[in-house]
Amino acid sequence: MSELSDLYQEVILDHNKRPRNFRVIDPATARQEGYNPLCGDRLTLYLTVDHGVITDVAFQGSGCAISKASASLMTEIVKGKTVDEARTLFDAFHHMITSPPGSPLPEMGKLAVLSGVRDFPTRVKCAGLAWHTLKAAVSDQPAGPISTE
Amino acid sequence: MATATAFDVMALRADFPILGTTVHGRPLVYLDNAATTQKPRVVIDALTDYYTGSNANVHRGVHHLSGKATDLFEGARARIARFIGAGDPKEIIFTRNATEGINLVAQTWGRANLGPGDEVLISAVEHHSNIVPWQMLCAEKGATLRVIPMFDSGELDLEAFARLLSERTRLLAISALSNALGTINPVHDMVRQAHAVGAVVLVDGAQASYHMPVDVRALDCDFFVLTGHKVYGPTGIGVLYGKTALLEAMPPWQGGGDMISAVTFEGSRWNVLPYKFEAGTPHIAGAIGLGVAVDYLTGIGMDRVQAHEADLLAYGTAALAEVPGLRLVGTAPRKASILSFVIDGIHPHDLGTIVDREGVAIRTGHHCAQPVMDRLGIPATARASLAVYNTRSEIDALVAALHAARKVFG
Repeated sequence: MSELSDLYQEVILDHNKRPRNFRVIDPATARQEGYNPLCGDRLTLYLTVDHGVITDVAFQGSGCAISKASASLMTEIVKGKTVDEARTLFDAFHHMITSPPGSPLPEMGKLAVLSGVRDFPTRVKCAGLAWHTLKAAVSDQPAGPISTE
Repeated sequence: MATATAFDVMALRADFPILGTTVHGRPLVYLDNAATTQKPRVVIDALTDYYTGSNANVHRGVHHLSGKATDLFEGARARIARFIGAGDPKEIIFTRNATEGINLVAQTWGRANLGPGDEVLISAVEHHSNIVPWQMLCAEKGATLRVIPMFDSGELDLEAFARLLSERTRLLAISALSNALGTINPVHDMVRQAHAVGAVVLVDGAQASYHMPVDVRALDCDFFVLTGHKVYGPTGIGVLYGKTALLEAMPPWQGGGDMISAVTFEGSRWNVLPYKFEAGTPHIAGAIGLGVAVDYLTGIGMDRVQAHEADLLAYGTAALAEVPGLRLVGTAPRKASILSFVIDGIHPHDLGTIVDREGVAIRTGHHCAQPVMDRLGIPATARASLAVYNTRSEIDALVAALHAARKVFG
């Protein structure tokens, strides 16, 4: 059960129960839908970007504990960061959750609580949904709703 | 029907090698049978034996092995015809799965018989495979897709069904059993009512075929589809049953070898049934394995399968009701052994991961029936689907695993 308790750490359960920045920003400079067709997780991400800096970020939606906690943690981390810094964080986070179990982990700070996901390949998409949605939201080429499939 | 008598489920479990394995160090408790069932050793052996001692292409050679392979392949067709009560093996068309059978009907019978103003009637509890092919056909032909609504229990609204039927209804495509909710639809009556307005009826038997006896002639449906891997047979093989007159009148589907009687560059003549619909080398081993699988089920007796599963359903329904915060989704009076549920405060996907660590395999998600989830206003459910080899103690293991999940989520 140790892998299971690594996956469902207190921090994750807390963010699932009380997601941070769980609201609508209106008007927002970017609004992006994300969808995980496998499990039906949906979220809408709202961003306020001012001169390349993410000054506000929020989300709404429904999903499993992993996807909700990941979205909640992400909003806390990227608020105040530049768009370029957020893209770099996406790459690091993606690497963390897809690296082989047992391999060394990058320094991820608070986001490290989600590193347990890499022991559960079927849950990687849950953790990645918010981040893929963020990546699409700050893309130069706006897209329709993004999907993890 | 013979009186159902109990059978020794533990002895039967020994027929299924995978049921003796462990997952995450726990004995496997396999409760995802609506997705696919496990295979008895006789089916696994049939595949190996075919490739070891009988492999050749069918309907082609004069050599010994080709004749042997053809006999086994056609023998399987006859076994399957008996299993579903078809009058003639030529009414049994081998497909890849139930989905392919539905698409075959949509693209041959449907294209030839549907036009603007016509209606195709399906139900609210259909699997995507019995929705999307009809949407595609209706879009192509300017026809209209209509949907029989359901009540919150998952039971179909039969008064609405009667109102939806009209002389415009060309086809009723209806599942005998809902994969997401377990509802048993009253297909006997529905076939009769649809015929009364002149509609053709396709029954999707993908779920029903491993839960209850099937008799296509008693049912009087025009088409019936099933998939091999849900009746304890191999993947990649399925069956379309059609009444001879309908199949004869339908244009062929895919062109190629085996489906023709003569080919010139000026044109070709189609082969007789069932070969007209079986272009190319079929899944010979799969068909043989499926024939063995349905004989295995007949050996147990589908009435006894049904009685055993009814006991599991009653036991499981009562056991799950004891789990705090759990709500069953799908409570129709006539149900097969499929238990869909949600638990307050725990997303089904998290449940699935946690109970998996206890060795319990359940399905979580929308079960390829998104309209059912939308209708009920939920994104997903967890689903335990019980088969002939499941036991009461496995339901106890599921309940214990659900308690473990509740503990994780405090």
